[in-house]
Amino acid sequence: MEFPEELKYTEEHEWVLVEEEIVTVGITDFAQDSLGDVVFVELPEVGTLVEIGKPFGVVESVKAVSDVYAPVSGEVVEVNEELPDAPEVINTSPYEDGWMIKIRLSDPAQLDDLLDAEAYQEFVAKQD
Amino acid sequence: MLKKTPLNDAHRKLGARMVEFGGWDMPVQYSGVIEEHLAVRNAAGLFDVSHMGEIEVRGPGALAYIQELTINDASRLVNGQVQYSAFCYPHGGVVDDVTLYRFDAEHYLFCVNASNTEKDFAWMEEILAEGDFPGVTLRNVSADFAQLALQGPAAEAILARLTAADLAAIRYYHFAEGPVDGVPAIISRTGYTGEAGFELYFPPAAAEQVWNALLEVGREDGLVPIGLGARDTLRLEMKYALYGHELSPEISPLEGGIGWITRLDKPSFIGAEALRRQQETGVPRRLVGVQMTEAGVPRADYPLFVGAEQVGIVTSGTMSPVLRVGIALALVRPDCAAIGTPLSVGIRSRRVGAEVVKTPFIQK
Repeated sequence: MEFPEELKYTEEHEWVLVEEEIVTVGITDFAQDSLGDVVFVELPEVGTLVEIGKPFGVVESVKAVSDVYAPVSGEVVEVNEELPDAPEVINTSPYEDGWMIKIRLSDPAQLDDLLDAEAYQEFVAKQD
Repeated sequence: MLKKTPLNDAHRKLGARMVEFGGWDMPVQYSGVIEEHLAVRNAAGLFDVSHMGEIEVRGPGALAYIQELTINDASRLVNGQVQYSAFCYPHGGVVDDVTLYRFDAEHYLFCVNASNTEKDFAWMEEILAEGDFPGVTLRNVSADFAQLALQGPAAEAILARLTAADLAAIRYYHFAEGPVDGVPAIISRTGYTGEAGFELYFPPAAAEQVWNALLEVGREDGLVPIGLGARDTLRLEMKYALYGHELSPEISPLEGGIGWITRLDKPSFIGAEALRRQQETGVPRRLVGVQMTEAGVPRADYPLFVGAEQVGIVTSGTMSPVLRVGIALALVRPDCAAIGTPLSVGIRSRRVGAEVVKTPFIQK
């Protein structure tokens, strides 16, 4: 299972790539593995305001429906248009092709509460 | 404390993801639900279904007792034949759906849903005590059997490598007794997938031996272990009912899509009066197949609408691995049950397009 060093993480199993005021968000390798085959993805529209800790989208596997939570507050500036037609990319490439949305941060201080790779890996180790 | 089948360690060694199902610790998937599903459709899959219950009926009055207990007509069975059937309550709701094996006129075996085993056995004892069925004895023999399902187009060729039994002579919904890998077994040409294949019953002490032997001799044909996840998607594509979803104490067999085994012409059985009344006055809802016409995955308990009006409810739903589209079984008002009826499914805050389709969803 991969935990890229350059990313930040949440306890809800989202990852966050920070590039100045824009953050890219997806679900982690652990999350996709726990879900199993992803068959459906629901994403917000560009321009939507998302709030930290609130659901912004849905990922469905064959068996289960899971909300995906905003790791930070801000405005959705881009969504991965490829995902609805190829949701399995979340399984095959959770940290790259499987990215979900990009958010323009409204409060950079929120980044301080995210986990680094080591802390998230420790958190995941306690899940089983 | 969850119950374990004799293959629990074997599943864990294979890296299965385990879940609780009806009080049992069961594998939900090994490599992945879609991959396992397609393996069964295209090659072969091996399922541990040892959690299923088995209840034996013996004695001179066995047939008369079973006729009263079940909705199908057990008098049509010959030795070595299997019948899909169900038990109903007097009000017509379903106690359980079952398969019935006839060994001889005084020896039958029911295979029942795992989570219903104790309830079924208590129900059967109650019916036996209330009626006049001389010499009938019941035994819950669930602990005496491990059960495997070997399903898929390659199933027969694989099983033939481990048994001298004449498999070709076992017709659909028939069984024979014979050794599998040297272990005495009931070899039944039945299943819950829509594919050709067998269900095997044998002593639990031999479970790991037979499981490993089958996986070994089937490897060249693509045989893989299959979890409950794919078991559910496979049965859904075929519109096979699952107790607790399509059938329950609140759903009659006429509503739940098993009217075809409900023999209202039998002289008497428990539930017959209520079901005849329902048949005469018209069932209030019917089980149909629903396929999405827009993107979305229907799930159990999602509402169904025609226009703004709710006309039904999803009982089971998934993304069909073969069709790659959302499919569901649903109970709907009879005037909305015709094939081609446009519906919408309430998925979270949205109404998503769907229609009533012919079943099974896939052509077999």
